[in-house]
Amino acid sequence: MTATTDLDVREGVDRETVEAVQSIGSYKYGWDTEIEMDYAPKGLNEDIVRLISAKNNEPEWMTEWRLEAYRRWLTMTEPKWAMLNYPEIDYQDQYYYARPKSMETKPKSLDEVDPKLLATYEKLGIPLNEQLILAGVETTEEGRADGRRVAVDAVFDSVSVGTTFKEELAKAGVIFCSISEAIREHPELVKKYLGSVVPQSDNYFATLNSAVFSDGSFVYIPKGVRCPMELSTYFRINAENTGQFERTLIIADKGSHVSYLEGCTAPKRDTHQLHAAVVEIVVLEDAEVKYSTVQNWYPGDEEGKGGIYNFVTKRADCREARAKVMWTQVETGSAITWKYPSCILRGEESQGEFYSIAIANNHQQADTGTKMIHLGRNTRSRIVSKGISAGRAQNTYRGLVTMHPRATNSRNYTQCDSLLIGDQCGAHTVPYIEVKNTSSRVEHEATTSKVDDDQLFYCRQRGMDEEEAVALVVNGFCREVLQALPMEFAMEAQALVAISLEGSVG
Amino acid sequence: MLKIDNLHVKLEEEDKQILKGLSLEVPAGQVHAIMGPNGSGKSTLSYVLSGRDGYEVTEGSATLDGESLLDMEPEERAAAGLFLAFQYPVEIPGVGNMTFLRTAVNAQRKARGEAELSSGDFLKVVRAKAAELQISPEMLKRPVNVGFSGGEKKRNEILQMAMLEPRMCIMDETDSGLDVDAMRLVSDGVNALRSPDRSFLVITHYQRLLNHIQPDVVHIMANGRIVKSGGPELALQVEQEGYGDLLAEVG
Repeated sequence: MTATTDLDVREGVDRETVEAVQSIGSYKYGWDTEIEMDYAPKGLNEDIVRLISAKNNEPEWMTEWRLEAYRRWLTMTEPKWAMLNYPEIDYQDQYYYARPKSMETKPKSLDEVDPKLLATYEKLGIPLNEQLILAGVETTEEGRADGRRVAVDAVFDSVSVGTTFKEELAKAGVIFCSISEAIREHPELVKKYLGSVVPQSDNYFATLNSAVFSDGSFVYIPKGVRCPMELSTYFRINAENTGQFERTLIIADKGSHVSYLEGCTAPKRDTHQLHAAVVEIVVLEDAEVKYSTVQNWYPGDEEGKGGIYNFVTKRADCREARAKVMWTQVETGSAITWKYPSCILRGEESQGEFYSIAIANNHQQADTGTKMIHLGRNTRSRIVSKGISAGRAQNTYRGLVTMHPRATNSRNYTQCDSLLIGDQCGAHTVPYIEVKNTSSRVEHEATTSKVDDDQLFYCRQRGMDEEEAVALVVNGFCREVLQALPMEFAMEAQALVAISLEGSVG
Repeated sequence: MLKIDNLHVKLEEEDKQILKGLSLEVPAGQVHAIMGPNGSGKSTLSYVLSGRDGYEVTEGSATLDGESLLDMEPEERAAAGLFLAFQYPVEIPGVGNMTFLRTAVNAQRKARGEAELSSGDFLKVVRAKAAELQISPEMLKRPVNVGFSGGEKKRNEILQMAMLEPRMCIMDETDSGLDVDAMRLVSDGVNALRSPDRSFLVITHYQRLLNHIQPDVVHIMANGRIVKSGGPELALQVEQEGYGDLLAEVG
């Protein structure tokens, strides 16, 4: 790429932000789809767990695995160490399974999927038609030129509606399907890896997920294969009072490579909704996985009414030498965010990276960060976290870096920056660092700053209105992380940064 | 062009009167210089005209081509053609200089109901204007004013002025912190922008800037008012004698 086009593209991306601020109102995914649903009875017990397993036509071993998790969950208590304040969750007052009626017999192809569901994704800008590419991409000449395509697994409440490009991916040996399908079709892989990164007993929410997860995505990239396109899963919570518990399992075999995108939205509802997901990634020798999330669950209204409670366990295991994983997340949604995508750096010279933007506005609360567990020699990790608080929001970075005795000559670099907008919000940084050998090095830098009135006045004197000015300054603050995102997400993320902060000034 | 009449301004926070009945008129195409001792209210005048928070106008008016400036938001004043070259240009980390410029240019075009400049057209114009001010392409990519030297910051202000093509340019001590070469570059940049329908209000402590940018009128400001106006020779007099005699003369 020449310097000129590079600049043009970046210019284009930045301009998108500014346009997005002007053209889009507040949370734009807040509408719902009217569709007939099948619910499991409200509440949680062993029968519900069996019912979910039966709805997915699961083999006996899977049902047992779930029940084991459920029994374990009953003995556990909800963790309270996060800097989050929310009323007691009544786990019996939720639906644990909601499926569109039309999905009762799984459609054989996307052509058979209920048009209402297809229309829902179309409205969200998620193409389930293989001729189309992700919304936002066609606006750059870059995207058009190399015709980037993205395979999508669309999850609606408790079920996967469909997965695109399956055949083309299969030709490359890549398996990309819903996890319920993987349990039926590829039991040997699922048995070997499910729960191997996030064990059933890992934590309260992960254990709950192990018992009741209804769907999610499964990815297997065979040895030496570079996945021919980006893979993505789009999660949509539609039904009311329904929790979404998805489970994603990604396996990158030796020398393989994949970039995976995850998007999430939900309608505006007055009541809080529970989302407890688990993502497990296994990275073998010389393989590389890039996992990017734009989390845009409904954050609740200005008074803090409604919104998603998001309790997520995401972990990657760099199991063998030179394995590499990179988490990039843009967290703009949810009333409550409890999420620490982590890397276990087991293989020698394996690498973990975590890039994060967490925005909390109005009454949102975010407690998010990462864990870098260095077990192997010469392992490397890098953390870049940008937290932005506005309104009355509380934003906490919580991170753990640990160097085990055998992880000699390992390195970590952590940079945590917080930006405050207004004087009623809070930013907190809670880093835990443990070094148990003498040859490793850990660096931690942290800053806290405010959006400066002088910066805003400077922008406005040059002709930008106040919201445009805030968007520009905040995007500048997040730049390092935005640049780590794939092009498809970079634009959406920039726009989101602007939208999420709407009404935060003035 | 710019007409200020009996302007009284106080600081909002400390109830302190800064401007005490300032009147001034800058006709189209002219360059007016304002000189005055520290604390006479020169910077306050530039901030009040451009709409910065923290000041309260208690009396008087300021108009640009007959339109009252004081009722407008800062960005509306910018779109109306008012530009302030800052004494201390502000750093915006992570925002490319080029992105900033283009966002500003297009925001103003949009406010005036004009079409946005395409990426290609914008690049062509900005590169040509930057070259005249000896601003390298690399400096255009760097974040706004971050790590810029004093001279680079001021040249960057003039580049913004050249790109935005304002009708009324206020320069607040643009010469402060400049070496001789940088001063020449900045002055050449300003002189290139002089035209019959563009006016300048140049605030400075030193006469030497006025050797490069020839003013039509020089005003002496003291204690919140214009106390004396004259030709370029007035600036020379200040340079040689200081403000003491002059101020004594006007009481």
